[in-house]
Amino acid sequence: MSRVQYNMALSGQPPQELTVTQKVFVFVGMLGLLVLLLATFNFQFPNKALWLSLSLGAISVGTIGFSWSLYANKSSGIKNDGVWFKSLTSRGLWAWVFGILITLFYVVLYFFPQYLGLNADAENTGLIALFDPLSKMLSGNPASQWFVYGTLYTLSILIFGIKFIWKYRHSRYEIIRTISVMFFQTAFAFIIPEFMARLNGESLQLPYYDLKNIWPLNYYNFEQYRIDGFLNSGTIGLALLIFGVISIFVITPILTYKYGKRWYCSWVCGCGGLAETAGDPFRHLSDKRQVAWKVERWVVHSVVVFVTLMTTAVIYSYLDYDATKYWLNKDVFLGFVALLLTLVFCWAMLFRREELQKDAQYGAIGYFVIILGLIGIHFFFGNQLFLFQAETLRKTYAFLIGSVFSGVIGVGFYPIFGSRVWCRFGCPMAAILGFQQRLFSKFRISTNGGQCISCGNCSTYCEMGIDVRAYAQKGQNIVRSSCVGCGICAEVCPRGVLKLENDSPDGRINPKDVLLGNDVDLMNYVNQK
Amino acid sequence: MSHVVIIGNGIAGITAARHIRKFSDKKITVISAETEYFFSRTALMYVYMGHMKFEHTQPYENWFWEKNRIELKQAYIDEVDFKNKILFSAEGEEITYDQLILATGSVTNFRAWKGQEFKGVQGLVSKPDLELLEENSANLKHAVIVGGGLIGVELAEMLHTRNIEVTMLVRETHFWGSVLPAEEGKLISNHIQQHGINLLFETELDEIIPDENKHVKAITTLDGKQIDCQLVGIATGIKPNISFLKNTELETEIGILVNRNLETNIPDVYAIGDCAQQRKAIGNRKSVEAVWYTGRMMGETVAQTICGNTTAYNPGNWFNSAKFFDIEYQTYGWVFPKKKEGISDFYWEDKKNQRALHFQYKTNSKEFLGINAFGIRLRHEVIDNWLTEKILIENVIQQLPKANFDKEFSKKIKLNISDLQGQKDLAGV
Ligand SMILES: Cc1cc2nc3c(=O)[nH]c(=O)nc-3n(C[C@H](O)[C@H](O)[C@H](O)COP(=O)(O)OP(=O)(O)OC[C@H]3O[C@@H](n4cnc5c(N)ncnc54)[C@H](O)[C@@H]3O)c2cc1C
Ligand code: SF4
Ligand code: SF4
Repeated sequence: MSRVQYNMALSGQPPQELTVTQKVFVFVGMLGLLVLLLATFNFQFPNKALWLSLSLGAISVGTIGFSWSLYANKSSGIKNDGVWFKSLTSRGLWAWVFGILITLFYVVLYFFPQYLGLNADAENTGLIALFDPLSKMLSGNPASQWFVYGTLYTLSILIFGIKFIWKYRHSRYEIIRTISVMFFQTAFAFIIPEFMARLNGESLQLPYYDLKNIWPLNYYNFEQYRIDGFLNSGTIGLALLIFGVISIFVITPILTYKYGKRWYCSWVCGCGGLAETAGDPFRHLSDKRQVAWKVERWVVHSVVVFVTLMTTAVIYSYLDYDATKYWLNKDVFLGFVALLLTLVFCWAMLFRREELQKDAQYGAIGYFVIILGLIGIHFFFGNQLFLFQAETLRKTYAFLIGSVFSGVIGVGFYPIFGSRVWCRFGCPMAAILGFQQRLFSKFRISTNGGQCISCGNCSTYCEMGIDVRAYAQKGQNIVRSSCVGCGICAEVCPRGVLKLENDSPDGRINPKDVLLGNDVDLMNYVNQK
Repeated sequence: MSHVVIIGNGIAGITAARHIRKFSDKKITVISAETEYFFSRTALMYVYMGHMKFEHTQPYENWFWEKNRIELKQAYIDEVDFKNKILFSAEGEEITYDQLILATGSVTNFRAWKGQEFKGVQGLVSKPDLELLEENSANLKHAVIVGGGLIGVELAEMLHTRNIEVTMLVRETHFWGSVLPAEEGKLISNHIQQHGINLLFETELDEIIPDENKHVKAITTLDGKQIDCQLVGIATGIKPNISFLKNTELETEIGILVNRNLETNIPDVYAIGDCAQQRKAIGNRKSVEAVWYTGRMMGETVAQTICGNTTAYNPGNWFNSAKFFDIEYQTYGWVFPKKKEGISDFYWEDKKNQRALHFQYKTNSKEFLGINAFGIRLRHEVIDNWLTEKILIENVIQQLPKANFDKEFSKKIKLNISDLQGQKDLAGV
């Protein structure tokens, strides 16, 4: 249906314009941003600590006030009125302006930090200098572009988290989940690593470590400088290193088994945190078509293969340097990786055929690429040559996946592709958790008998682009590797059809042709066929 | 290869087509006038409110039909030659069939009010209705909705999102009085009023008054009130869309008359969904069941018959659901709105959170008969089982947590058997 241009002054039209109060709050928020912008262009603020506080304060007041005027006097319930009419949330002009601005910010942040005022050898200038006081207060060091980014990132999750809670205040699941995400971001990603840096000295050389960031999301965790840092930091360092390893191999599978990958993706993770809070107004923009799902599986599994190979190569490349420090030798390490992958592969193939279905192909392909890569590493590359290879791999990964995909495309394109592009197409962590979720987990979204009316709200608002309705209208539970358990499908469903729950793994996958409500004999007859 | 033609691409017709494809290799053609592709009629309101775009209401991607060899044709059939098995489209095309399924749905039931032909008077059933509403919404300040039922409340919610003042004329003493008992009728009425909708109870439309451009400018009610408005939403009911079949040998009454096998009086012609009328109503069900689920079930059933496995339409326990602004409603089994001999009630309400449960059971045997739930989601499978097994009301109340389908961390519901004893004689007011 084409929509004619409306005159804002008349009633009876989709509410598109801002109220006066909303305009005031937007203005306050903009003032806060203006301070940051002025600082970027080297405007000298006399008292940096004061101006930084003012700026961040104004941004917070603007955002929170705006949310208040949006939701406070509405009764609790779903608030999606006009989502597809507003320019910002329906890929209109504002969406593009906003998207391009964020993208530019990311490009400068990742590739041209000097324009933000980064100065490794002398005093920082510009925007980064504005953040120096805060950084010195926390870690004792001057700010870096990552500190600036981390601060703004955390602030976004907090203020947009408050907005989100307001919006979904009728749902305790959403409230608790959002508080969790806000907590993990503030404490684990922001404050604790800064304090760890403060503790560092002669006997402690801990690398920057966000404890909730698990390999392969933090693909760099096992690089040499970090391992050296851990190993040079006594018991604490060793404990952290061990924690890094068991969080992948022990903690993650157990929690995913019990709760599904949501425990991480929408309760803990920072990328997910930003997507759920600041990205919430864009969640419906994800592509629901089946081709998008196909692309998703190829891309995301390729990233897993890439990161596994890269990490293996990187670790391999430094292992034999110092036999006293690294007791693990190259060949043992390679063998170990190969063995682990083979075990996982055989287990999945033997015991999880039914769950795997089509995905089996992807698993098999991924597996063999990795194995071939490993054998290649072992037999064809000498040490020197391989060093170079590992470094190239690492750099390519860091550039393509770590920066361009997760930042520039992942966040910069929120208003165009939706909020979880990175989580869906690029995140290797999500892919591995998804594999676990699909194959051995108690989590599923249960479908309520025959109650679905195929309205499409669930599919529209699924940020992962899952066609939830396709399952619900078949009376089938949703057991999809990509589901991050945000719970929004269950919120927007007007008929109470969906429930996220952890239950016994049997009978999780249950397609039906004739749904509950019809003749029992017919149901049995058709569904058994 | 025999040719099955289905008129109507709604839930009934499309379900039939999908199932026939699953069980046979017949040629399948679905003819429909309204849209090219199947869409969810129940979702029309969300398009107007900006929650979704129209394409989001289409449950299948466009490639689905060709892949499953279901031919779609957008055309209006205005004449049927049952003897020679030929359909004539308004566009002048002739289509022959071996078996015909009529799944033509409903239209708004205008009840011959004075002035109903004026501009600004409309129902809400089809996509054209939605487009008309969009058009009528420009410069609309005050709307009157006639009828306090499901479509009425949807219309009210829709208009409300555009800051249009809404007055609803409700014939009974509370909202949806033909279905809801007084307790929950009041609860929902209050909720609707909290949203700023003006409800006029025991009020009926008398006449629609036009301005000089033949556009409505006011209505009068039977009790003599005049209300200025620029839109009159007709939500007093729908009726089967069968006008093009009148004056043929097909037997019709309110709808197309069918037997339990969904066969009409003419061989090889079937009727399903909103347009079908059971010659003899099944149990407590209405003879014309105009809900989504029954359309789907009839589709599932008729497909069996068409594919050679003659199957009677034999629906299980009744269920339905709706949403009134922010309050979700589900119902299972039978909860009668008016007091009935031999049936007792148990009503529980959590005023603060606007939640309620209404149980009915046989007074003597204590057999559980049905439940209405408001602001609480119930597990269809569990309640369906209880109804089938005719368990006792005490057991229902004791085991209620098993049937809870609310989101995780939702507030628990605490019901006591002793409350049941206390309310023994309450009964639907
Ligand atoms: C606004 C609204 C909200 C609703 N909400 C709910 C709800 O929440 N829950 C629920 O259970 N039910 C709900 N219903 C009822 C439900 O939508 C209907 O029962 C259901 O859609 C009927 O499906 P059907 O397949 O019988 O007919 P329809 O979906 O009406 O399809 C019939 C199709 O046949 C076409 N057609 C008719 N005659 C001809 C002809 N001569 N030639 C060509 N094509 C023709 C029509 O154009 C139409 O597209 C709602 C209905 C409306 C209008
Ligand atoms: S399926 Fe539901 S819970 Fe899962 S990601 Fe999509 S909207 Fe969130
Ligand atoms: S939102 Fe609910 S009713 Fe609508 S399609 Fe999804 S599951 Fe079905």
